[in-house]
Amino acid sequence: MSINRKGIEVSIGAADAVAMADVDVIAAYPITPQTHIVEHLSEIVARGDLDAEFIPVESEHSAMSVCCGASAVGARTFTCTSSQGLALMNEIVFIAPCMRLPIVMILANRSLSGPLSIWNDHSDVMSIRDCGWIQVFTENGQDVFDHVFFAFRVAENPQVSLPVIVNMDGFILTHMIEAIEYWEPEMVRRYLPEFKPVNRLHPDKPVTMGAFGMPNIFTEAKKAQNEALLSSKVEILRAWKEMGDITGRYYKPVESYQADDAETVFLTMGSLSETVSIAVDRLRAQGKAVGQIKLRLWRPFPFEEFRLAVKNVKKIIVLDRALSFGGPGGPVASEIRAALYGEQNMPVVANFVAGLAGRDVTVNDYIAMYEKAEPFAKGKVRQDDYIIYGVRE
Amino acid sequence: MIEIRLHGRGGQGAVTSAELLALAAIQEGKYAQAFPSFGPERRGAPVVAFCRIDDEPIRLRTNIYNPDLVMVLDPSILRLVDVAGGLKKDGILVTNTKYSGKQIRDELGIQQAIGTVNATLIAQEEMGIPITNTTMLGSLIKAGRILDPESLMEPLKKRFGRIAEKNIRAFKRAYEETEVIPKE
Repeated sequence: MSINRKGIEVSIGAADAVAMADVDVIAAYPITPQTHIVEHLSEIVARGDLDAEFIPVESEHSAMSVCCGASAVGARTFTCTSSQGLALMNEIVFIAPCMRLPIVMILANRSLSGPLSIWNDHSDVMSIRDCGWIQVFTENGQDVFDHVFFAFRVAENPQVSLPVIVNMDGFILTHMIEAIEYWEPEMVRRYLPEFKPVNRLHPDKPVTMGAFGMPNIFTEAKKAQNEALLSSKVEILRAWKEMGDITGRYYKPVESYQADDAETVFLTMGSLSETVSIAVDRLRAQGKAVGQIKLRLWRPFPFEEFRLAVKNVKKIIVLDRALSFGGPGGPVASEIRAALYGEQNMPVVANFVAGLAGRDVTVNDYIAMYEKAEPFAKGKVRQDDYIIYGVRE
Repeated sequence: MIEIRLHGRGGQGAVTSAELLALAAIQEGKYAQAFPSFGPERRGAPVVAFCRIDDEPIRLRTNIYNPDLVMVLDPSILRLVDVAGGLKKDGILVTNTKYSGKQIRDELGIQQAIGTVNATLIAQEEMGIPITNTTMLGSLIKAGRILDPESLMEPLKKRFGRIAEKNIRAFKRAYEETEVIPKE
């Protein structure tokens, strides 16, 4: 047992990791929707244990604006929000990656109102799917803790220089007390080099940031931004590999469980993945060839790894935690279908939308989804077929 | 895996109890989760908190529907809330009460084992306040035999600082005074 193993609320653990990463600026709107992450960081800064500026702002729009300014002058910058807070921040969220500002944000995933809700699902993150940030999902407290260091390392890598969102499920993770293995300060020093911005606002070497993009340059700027995000994957893979060499925990863009000989796989993202793995065990015990694929990297989307992971699979049960109203069901299934288009022996995709706004999804629910999906045969499922699971009628 | 559901009223420390249990278990090298019933908290309203303890990493991330142990901090909610709902046949319900286990069992109409202790009295005498969270932990540990009572000392000291001694006294006294009647 590691001496650094601590029982701690995951939000507090995440805040400790941010402090261990020695951030310079934290800007956040400190009231709901917010988590203990910035609350604890404000305490750490107030105690004098972290030499950083904690800037409590009047809205999330201002929080992200402050983050952009701070990052532009070369400060290691962090913020955190959820649901409506992200919605209010939206305008500036899209600007940060275009300006190549390596801000790190923990998004404690919660549903977007209305009806008014504070509970967990993925409707907030799906609303910014195309914002241009690197986006990863976490399953448990340890994942969250590790990915704070990962996020700064990748974001600030001069080859990348893009902002990173670490998604963690609201309540299911943010309010959970569990064991986390803390890194030694020496491990953080080894893994996370000092931030040396590619460009920074400085009077000695003037640069223009956030300039006008006239029609004759805008397309080129966007193509360059897209290329930057796509090519960040090499550095993402390297950062995970090197973290594994330090911690023994090797993360991957697409992770699998019992999937080698599986005919049907569940596809999940975030903290419900662990519960699904228990359903996989029970179905395996009944002799069913079932496995699980987990998307850890959401942007850039890991096409290659995903297609490889489902190469021999006949059916994919995609669990969505958000709904695309009037569209093709859940946003994840939509992308999965797109990623499979034109592939030989394309698997059937069965889409369940479940766990909206904190609705508990149990092991038996996943087994029921598996059974519901059993009659889905190739060719009989269309793009717009999906089931909103567990609706009381 | 042991699953525990804690019932109290907002402000009585049900969530703190769950947290202290998890911290003690993790200190023993076990795996544990502690979490509140997620929602807007209201002081005085019935609340629920959960705790899981296992020797293996815990993958289950749902509410607890079939607890092995139920702990009730406030006797006034015994009739308000279905505290024994889903309790396993071999499970134990541990409650703060001045009545006997037999009386509680008859009142709730259940067959499971019951642990009883007058936690309000103990808390009042040892700490001068009727907050029963640490007191009831002593009772739960005694009835459920889930952890070494010594494992709670460190988390109690850390959590309560200068008032830790009083809490530890209440915890130990409840541990001694808890009576358990087996299932019918």
